[in-house]
This record gives sequence, C-alpha cells and structure tokens, in this order.
Amino acid sequence: MRDRYGERAGNVLEESRYGQPVTIGDVTVTLRPAGHVLGSAQAVLEHRGERIVVSGDYKRRRDPTCAPFEPVACDVFITEATFALPVFRHPDDAAEMQRLLSVRDTFPDRALLIGAYSLGKAQRIICLLREAGHDRPIYIHGALEAINATYRSFGVDLGELRAVMEIPKAQMAGEIVVAPPSTLNDRWSRRLPDPVTCFASGWMGVRARARQRGVEVPLVISDHADWDELNRTLDEVAAPHVWVTHGAEEALIHAAKQRGFNARALSLVGYDEDAE
Amino acid sequence: MKAFAQLLDALSFQHGRNGKIALLRRYIEATPDPDRGWALAALTGDLSLRQAKPALVRGLVMERVDEVLFKLSYDYVGDLAETVALIWPEQPGANRIPSVSELIETVEQAGKTELPGILSAWFDAMTATERWATIKLITGALRIGVSARLAKTALAQHAGIETDAVEEVWHAVEAPYGDLLAWLDGKGPRPDPSHSAAFRPVMLAHPLNEADLEDYDPREFRAEWKWDGIRVQIVGESGKLRLYTRTGDEIGAAFPDLIEGLELDATLDGELLVMRDHVVAPFADLQKRLNRKTVSAKMMTSHPVHVRLYDILIRSGQDLRALPFDQRRRELETWFKAHSPAAMDLSDLVPFATWEDLATHRSTNLTTGVEGLMLKRGDSAYLPGRPKGPWFKWKRDPQLIDAVLMYAQRGHGKRSSFYSDFTFGVWRDGEIVPVGKAYFGFTDEELQQLDKWVRNNSTERFGPVRAVKQELVLEVAFEGLQRSPRHKSGVAMRFPRISRIRWDKPAAEADVIETLEAMLP
Repeated sequence: MRDRYGERAGNVLEESRYGQPVTIGDVTVTLRPAGHVLGSAQAVLEHRGERIVVSGDYKRRRDPTCAPFEPVACDVFITEATFALPVFRHPDDAAEMQRLLSVRDTFPDRALLIGAYSLGKAQRIICLLREAGHDRPIYIHGALEAINATYRSFGVDLGELRAVMEIPKAQMAGEIVVAPPSTLNDRWSRRLPDPVTCFASGWMGVRARARQRGVEVPLVISDHADWDELNRTLDEVAAPHVWVTHGAEEALIHAAKQRGFNARALSLVGYDEDAE
Repeated sequence: MKAFAQLLDALSFQHGRNGKIALLRRYIEATPDPDRGWALAALTGDLSLRQAKPALVRGLVMERVDEVLFKLSYDYVGDLAETVALIWPEQPGANRIPSVSELIETVEQAGKTELPGILSAWFDAMTATERWATIKLITGALRIGVSARLAKTALAQHAGIETDAVEEVWHAVEAPYGDLLAWLDGKGPRPDPSHSAAFRPVMLAHPLNEADLEDYDPREFRAEWKWDGIRVQIVGESGKLRLYTRTGDEIGAAFPDLIEGLELDATLDGELLVMRDHVVAPFADLQKRLNRKTVSAKMMTSHPVHVRLYDILIRSGQDLRALPFDQRRRELETWFKAHSPAAMDLSDLVPFATWEDLATHRSTNLTTGVEGLMLKRGDSAYLPGRPKGPWFKWKRDPQLIDAVLMYAQRGHGKRSSFYSDFTFGVWRDGEIVPVGKAYFGFTDEELQQLDKWVRNNSTERFGPVRAVKQELVLEVAFEGLQRSPRHKSGVAMRFPRISRIRWDKPAAEADVIETLEAMLP
C-alpha cells in the first residue's frame, strides 16, 4: 500500500494474512486471494451466520505473480464488473506474448515499448515474457522500480531488469521496454529508437479503444475477470444475492437474473469505469 | 486464415508506410502459395468477395446470443463486424479453420442457402481476430489503409527490385499470381507483359527550383500547361482496352463514356478532366467521378470526362519510350490527326523564347484547371518514376493566408509523441472559425517548437486533441479553395500546409473570412 499510494495509503496500517480472521465489532473479516495483483484480496464478512463476500478486483486465470482467486460460498456476493460485456473474452496470455515477440522480429530496428500499469500488470508482463522465452534484459521506466522491488521481496523472479536511462538510444533497437501507459505518447518515449507502441490492457480487445490510444500493438492482457470468468465465478460462489459494481453492471445483472440470481447494481462512490 | 487475420489486424493499427511494408513483406515471405497470392489479391482490390451482406452475419449471431446482451455490446463497440467477431460463442476444437484460398474458394462456390451454415461452422472454430478478418473479407470491406501500390512496393522490396518493375508486369498476371511470385522469389521467368494491355510506369517531374533556371537553356525545353485533373494512361493492345491511374490502378469501369467503342492500338499518357464545351471544370467536379466502381448515366451527362493528351508511349506495338520527347510529340500529333477520338485533345505546347516570357505566361494564365507549367527537355526519353533533370513542374505560387492555431492533435507512428496535426481558423464577426487542418509544411525543428508551444498553451483536452490559446499565427499555403457546406466556415482548402510560423504576428492581425471568400473561384 505504501509503495502504491505513499502517504495516501492511510495513517495506521495493519498487516493481515490470507485466511486469518480479524474481528471488527461483531463482524469477522477474513481476506482471501483475489488473483488480481500481488496481495489483492476479497473480503469475507461474517455476521451471525450470514456471509457477504466483497470480491474487489479479481481475475480467474493463472498469474505467475500472485495467488489465485479462491471462490468462497456466500449469501451475498459483491462482484466487480469492469469487463462485464460478452465482447470481452480475453485471449490466452501466451498467444498474446507470441504475437508480441513476432512484432519484434518484424521490426528489428525498433524498440518495443509496452505500456503497462505499474502495479501488477508490469510485473506480470515481465514474467510472461520470461515464460515466452525472452531472456534478454528487460528495460524499465523509473516509475516501476519501487513496485518491482516489492514483488522481488515476495519472491517473484523478474529476471534481469535495466533502467532505460543507462543505455544509448541506438542500442535499444530490438529491445523490450516496460513503462507506465502514460509514457506511450509522451515525450519520454522519444529516447527510444522509433518505438513500436504496445499497450497491455483488457480494453485493447476493442479496436476503437486501441486506436484512440494510437497503439500499434494492442495486447489483450487484463488483471480483471472477463465475461466468462465473471459468470463462472457467480456460478461457483453460488450466492443467492449478487450485487454488481464498478463497471458495466447492466449486462451482468441481466445474465445473472436469467440464471436465477437475485442481482442488482450497487453504486460505489468514486469509481471510474476506465480505471483498470 | 490465421496468418492473414494477423496481418490484417496488425495493418489496421499500423500507420507508418514502412511499418506496413515490413508487415506485408513478412507475410509474403512466410506464407505458401496460393494463400499469399489470394491475400495479395484481396489487399490490392483484385479480388472482391461480396457474397455476404452484414445483415446475414448479424442474423447468424442473433441465433446464438441473447438480444439484450447483443444490443448492449453493439452500443459499446459501435461496429457490427467487430461486435459479431467478439461476441460469437467459440466452440474450440469444433471445426478446422480454413486457409485463405480454401475460404475464398468455398465462399465463391457456396449457394445462398449453404453459406450461413458454412460461416457458422468456421466462426465456431476461429478466434475473434480471425472472425473479424473473415467478415471483412466476405463483405468486401477490408479498408485497412493498404493501397495496391503499397502492396506492390512490398513485393518489390522482397525481390530487391523497383516497384515499377512489378507494376510493369502486374496486369499481365492474375490472382493468385503463382508466376509473378515465382519470378519475385527468383524461381521462375519474368511474366511477359506484352499483348496484355499492361500498365507502363509513368514519368513524373520534380518541382522546379526557380533559382536553377538561369543554368538551363530555354531552347532545350518545351513547355505545356499543367492541368489539375488526374494523370491517366490509356492502353489499347491486342483488342484489350484499359484505363489506369498513375499508380497503375485500373479505373476503366467507372469511365465507360471515355473508353467504350474506342479503338486503340497505342499507349497514351494524359490528364483526365471534366470538360464542358471545351472548358475545363474545377477539380471538385472531377472528384465526383473518382473512387467509384460504376457511374450513372446522369453523372456522365452532368460531368463529362475528357483526356488531354501529353505523350505517346507505344504505337502499334512499337515502344517509343526511348525516343526523345520531340520525336514522341510528332508521333502523338500524327496519331491524333489520324484518329481524333471524340473525348480527347492534345495538350498545347506553350511557345516561349526566354524564361521571362514563360514566367509571364505562368503568372497571367488564370484559366480554371491550370495548375502551372510543365517543362520537358526536348531530348528526354520517357523514363519510369521521377528521374532528376529531364522534366520539371513549375506550379503557380500557392495562395497564402495568416490563420490562428485553434486545436492540435497528436500524430501517428513516429509522430505519436508530438502534437503535429493543426487545426487553424480565421476571424469572423469577432471569433475565430476553423478553415482547415494541416499536418505538414514545417521542419522537424519547427515541429518541436510547435509541440512545445501547444503543451504550454493548452486550454482544454479532448482525448488526443488539445484546444490552445488563440494566440499563435500560422502562415498557411494552399492550392485553391472550394465552397464546402460541410465546413463551418463554408470553405475548404486544397493541400493546406504550414508555410511559416508567425511567432511575431499578433492574432488580431490574422486574416478574416472575407479574404478567403474573395479567393473562391
């Protein structure tokens, strides 16, 4: 929390482990992995035999950087809905990485600049690149350093990383750079040789979104559940009541009702649909 | 289909010309025949499958997807083909994905009642990108920003030859181009372009640097008016008749009034113009006849076309291109006297003795449709491309206005970190109204300065666009104005570009809309 939010993380921080119940008043709170990023959790709230699970952001597919989502049976399931439209079916991560590496082979004189959120996505991309066989050093933007260090301290192996600053422009041809998305069209990117701009996000599945960003290689890699994962999770958690929040509520509520769930929208203040 | 879908997908996001060429080359080099040939045909417009209407595809998906969910999805995505591609419930392992050639062959042969079933079976097995590419292919709407010329350039680079060498044989071969590709791979003979009414690469001119004129002897040059139409080549050979643009695209089908009934055994170079009673109409009139597959009888009457002939390349099978211009001109005149086709005339030679004479002609001829002058050496052979020296274009001076920068938008590709597309306006009743948009004319250094100025003087942001303080004056050069009901200001510019940044000039002194209106033809 400190690495991500600095002073805004809160004045008093209390460490809590997955599966360790904490009692607040007469409510018992237990955190369970959400599979979103390292340390992300669902909150399981229990009160007089009734159980409410707040999913927070989650995904269901394998992520080498964090513990997988654990479905918890409950009475009320509060689910996120960032990608709650049937047009969002995230493809296989490994296939996206192979596509990325073939782009590198097509443009050997250009650097590949991947925009990825600095908490979680960047580290996952680095791990996926390693799994895809990319064992060269990966170059990173300074803004990623602190969180990379945190991930490493929790045992996530990121391989050799280097700061972009250290390397002359001409030597960056054919190299892979990971940086926060805001740098893609920013002056910062001018230090790279004619970079191929790539952006790793679930939104990249929709062409207009990728075009809006001026991205050359949209990578559909998301830390949020896609349509199938959301629906599968509702079935597994099997809560009679489903509250949908943070995204495209309407479609998921429609689909949940068709399957007999008592589903409704829950509005949370201060959330923005695009803040993946 | 997998590789072709990936190619289309990558091309659709690639703005740079070199980037597109690299993608095309990689595909051509990695894909076997006949798939790569069919893919090439689809990209160059030689193959147009229009077997399926978007409504058919929509109908198929509605059998599988909840109506409410489809509507919510379509509202979000905004594009039918893409919504269908994304929302289609996959059944991996259900079927095999066809190759490009299999797909084309099957779709072409399928009956109306069979097609829906065939498509559904394919869609079940495909990824979203493959479905998207298939829908684009079968509905005949590729639109991914690849011109035929660009595809030919990629082929030429693959073979290490000039694009014009590919152009020269292109119309002698047919999809899937097995013989052409074998030749380009270095594994077969060059396809023979004779007797096929093939396109011959056109000769182009460099802009004249006026300071160089004194080094040239006026007696060695011939001058013609440069007409503001489109450059075309008309080829008649072995009973075949074809009309080409200067990049080798065949456009004859849209100009039956020009070529039907024409008997021709020659290759002619000229300018396609709209003409009424021997008077050349503005370019805007010609534009109404361009980029069409067919033409209505009404349009042929209201916008009659005509070709003003500049040159003759081949006459009765005899290649004249190596002859000097003066001799070709005599051949052209002889040919014209013998045939005088109805919708053609000869481009006049402009007589002059000195460069001053010619400069006077250039500045005093205000005829509509005259863009300036062409200078051609009397001894110049007809060479493909843009050789340096034999031909020059001496355009009229552009028109200039001082406009105020209003919005700047990020560019694409190399320029994606720069604000490089500039919308500018002029004064009308105390406010600035937009009159045009320009994205070139400035140097790299000026672009850096403009980019910096935009970032420091933004007032609002809308996605990739910034509104800026209306303070910076740009001198904008352009080649003529037209009335345009689509623009708020009522005028539209041809080829606007930024000729100077007037850091010194206060916005209040920029031009007013009345100045532009006075420039309208």
